[in-house]
Amino acid sequence: MPPMSRGCKRMRYLPLSDHDRGEMLATIGVPDVDALFADVPADARLAGPIAGLPGHASEMAVERHMARLSADSLTAGQVPFFLGAGAYRHHVPASVDHLIQRGEFLTAYTPYQPEIAQGTLQVLFEFQTQVARLFGTDVANASLYDGSTACWEAIAMAGRITRRSKAVLSGGLHPHYVGTAQTMARFTGDTLVAAQPALAARSDDDALIAAIDGETSCVLVQYPDVLGRIPDVARIAAAAQAKGALLIAVVTEPVALGLIDSPGTLGADIVVGEGQSLGVGLQFGGPYLGLFGCREKFVRQMPGRLCGETIDADGKRAFVLTLSTREQHIRREKATSNICTNSGLCALAFSIHLSLLGGEGLSRMARASHLRAVQTAQALTQVAGVALVNETYVNEFTVTLPRAAAEVVDALAARRVLGGVALSRLVPGQADLANALIVATSELTSDEDIAALAAALAEVLA
Amino acid sequence: MTVLNPSGWRPEMGERVSATLDAPATVTGNRALHLEEPLLFEVGRMDHCGVDFDEVAGSPLAGLALRAAPVDLPGLSEPEAVRHYTRLSRQNYAIDLGLFPLGSCTMKHNPRLDEKVARMPGFADVHPLQPVGTVQGALKVIDQLADWLVKLTGMAAVAMTPKAGAHGELCGLLAIRAALDARGDKRDVILVPESAHGTNPATAAFAGFKVESIPASNDGRVDTAALIAKLGAHVAGVMITNPNTCGLFERDLKTIADAVHGAGGYVYCDGANFNAIVGRVRPGDLGVDAMHINLHKTFSTPHGGGGPGAGPVVLSEALAPFAPLPFVVPGSGGALRLVEEAQAAADAPQAFGRMCAFHGQMGMFSRALAYILSHGADGLAQASGDAVLNANYVLRRLEHVLHAPFGAAGPCMHEALFSDDGFAEGFATLDLAKGLIDEGYHPMTVYFPLVVHGAMLVEPTETESKAGLDQFITAMESLGARAKAGDPALKTAPHFAPRRRVDETRAARKPRLVWSAQ
Repeated sequence: MPPMSRGCKRMRYLPLSDHDRGEMLATIGVPDVDALFADVPADARLAGPIAGLPGHASEMAVERHMARLSADSLTAGQVPFFLGAGAYRHHVPASVDHLIQRGEFLTAYTPYQPEIAQGTLQVLFEFQTQVARLFGTDVANASLYDGSTACWEAIAMAGRITRRSKAVLSGGLHPHYVGTAQTMARFTGDTLVAAQPALAARSDDDALIAAIDGETSCVLVQYPDVLGRIPDVARIAAAAQAKGALLIAVVTEPVALGLIDSPGTLGADIVVGEGQSLGVGLQFGGPYLGLFGCREKFVRQMPGRLCGETIDADGKRAFVLTLSTREQHIRREKATSNICTNSGLCALAFSIHLSLLGGEGLSRMARASHLRAVQTAQALTQVAGVALVNETYVNEFTVTLPRAAAEVVDALAARRVLGGVALSRLVPGQADLANALIVATSELTSDEDIAALAAALAEVLA
Repeated sequence: MTVLNPSGWRPEMGERVSATLDAPATVTGNRALHLEEPLLFEVGRMDHCGVDFDEVAGSPLAGLALRAAPVDLPGLSEPEAVRHYTRLSRQNYAIDLGLFPLGSCTMKHNPRLDEKVARMPGFADVHPLQPVGTVQGALKVIDQLADWLVKLTGMAAVAMTPKAGAHGELCGLLAIRAALDARGDKRDVILVPESAHGTNPATAAFAGFKVESIPASNDGRVDTAALIAKLGAHVAGVMITNPNTCGLFERDLKTIADAVHGAGGYVYCDGANFNAIVGRVRPGDLGVDAMHINLHKTFSTPHGGGGPGAGPVVLSEALAPFAPLPFVVPGSGGALRLVEEAQAAADAPQAFGRMCAFHGQMGMFSRALAYILSHGADGLAQASGDAVLNANYVLRRLEHVLHAPFGAAGPCMHEALFSDDGFAEGFATLDLAKGLIDEGYHPMTVYFPLVVHGAMLVEPTETESKAGLDQFITAMESLGARAKAGDPALKTAPHFAPRRRVDETRAARKPRLVWSAQ
């Protein structure tokens, strides 16, 4: 019998032996596996492994290769670390990662068969409740990809609700979120009125309110904003709603809500956010967790999966994916969104972390993060030429430096300090923003970290 | 065969498990290892917490308006949390427990090395906005994975940032829109076969296109003549799934692609089923302009109960200049650099913009790269071959019991399609699926694709043993016979799952989406 395998019959993830393959081919009635690919045009069929690509490798060889790559990055845990601007480094309890690696969670699919997916479904129901309470909204969905895509989904939803197509964006909205929305708007024909961030002590509430008119579908305000300032959501919401527009609040740092009011209770109609800072970790930007909450009356216009409570045939409480008539697999081109997956495992991590914290733990975490920010701001403003931009902040603020912040960030990194995000990384080519540095802290920030940043900054600026 | 456990279940024993329907009730509602678990909001307490924080000196900023009370969320101590989530996990079916033959979803074994690798600090504990010089290891993962994806597909470039399959579809269609805009072409129609996954028409609409449907031919493939007849100056492109949702290879894809190109359009291939052909045929050789690759399917990053996925999109020469920001390119001295907004004017003047914050699903990239390196070029071809072999084995063993609408047409690819033809009056695909739950399996994909009545799409994947398939086939033979005979016990299945059939209508009629004290 000729060998059925292509040179790797012992590959550790493949259970079939050549003996099995032979028996199965006999049952099927074909001479070899290649015969099963008869529908592929002969001239497109590859005769053997693609040239230039290596063959299979042992677990230890792959681990060695990946460990070498890992060692080629400077990791946040190795050095004083102050980056934020849409991704935050918080302590994640060890039990979170242990629990999300339970195979029953990790290797399950979307809970389309509710009788054998109550674990995932109950988690999603609990997650939706946690997000709704955190955001101060009536309802929340089972998650979207990330904050930036959730932000566009909210704009699209506001368009469906108001039947208007002009969105007004605060200059304090994360520039990546603005960019994501601009990409979509270019193709959908929506109008986006966007502003540059301005290095003022307060957010641009007045300018934002002035830009609202009778054509406006929604107003987007980030809370706290990308520079760490805290806009007056209640006032902007009232102004938007007076013109028939919806107020969309964007939260990139949910931990901040442990200390300041939830945007839904301040009048936001839709609240979206990035859930990464609870449970998920930095992961170089993904996978992250899109959070989405809104008023109950808008629920049938929501994007993404929803889990609802019901009963089973025995009358026991059960959970099930619901309102799927909004979704692509039923509605096809008339769906509220093309989204299919959510960010299930990240939602689980978020939910476990928030369960461990509870509301009081979240407030303690936010307070510790805030106090570290206060200490850091005090230390940095002692350095000659460094000035604090913000009037208020929670755990992220912006300072101006006497020279371009991007160069300073690189110089700090050369001294093994990850000192913040240069605003010019997010908004390039604006001379008036070039010297701004966004600095974030958390409960992980230590006295030594703050001293190291201040000392390195003084050295770089000297 | 040595029977090491003579008291345990063996295939030859069949299904002589006695029903426990009239077993006595328990006080707790639990049944031994079947444990009921209340909601977090019923077991948690406002004064419970599983995290300690060190005291930090100082007081809050004077001007900061603090919230009056903490968010109304109960907490759990660590032992309570571990128990809550462990108990919930046990109410889930999962690949780790058994065969999960969900067609078009590719539920194969998730290697644990990949989990270990994804947690290496150089990938997991780096910030997306760190200076580029400090994240070379992370960028190398993206670059090496991108190189594999380009070579495995025979395409010119790959956009790595799309966060899932549907997001990848969006990326491909936006690249097509951008390419058309660049030549001042106002085409606004995307042709989509009626057998397509729902994300295809939804994505086309989301990207601002009109959707026109293409019928299927009698052999389960796109009706090539009907498609070509629809081409014209208004058609921006087609979206074709290959292998398609009936589990069949679209033999005419190259012919279709040539015709579409000839009419000035582009070809989007839905790569959801790339796992069937990886290492055996390259979509680039078939005239494809864009195709997303579900890393969570083909390269087995875990599905996680519904995401996160990852959907990089390979692009042809024609579409590559329009790829979204950011992306990784070679820099000086062997280093890698990023093309973001600041570099776009010089490096990517035609890029259509940004699809999301940051660099895509890094945690999935590291897992997928470990998976690909483990298999190698030979192992990937072996895996696709074994996936197709397993599906054809299931097809041929079951086509005498269940109607296989395209069984006579030749081999299938990675999934075998059956219909409810021949079931007793009043018995449907759903009943067989729920019966499969009682037999200890996750059901196959049901009622999809829409072009087959009562469709059952079975994808065993390459990580199932022959013995495992034989047991599944035995269960399916029994269930098929019961559905044809009209066994009433099947109508009320599942009997042994944590829940009986759930009332979906009730859930949708008056949605209860968040918990509140009654």
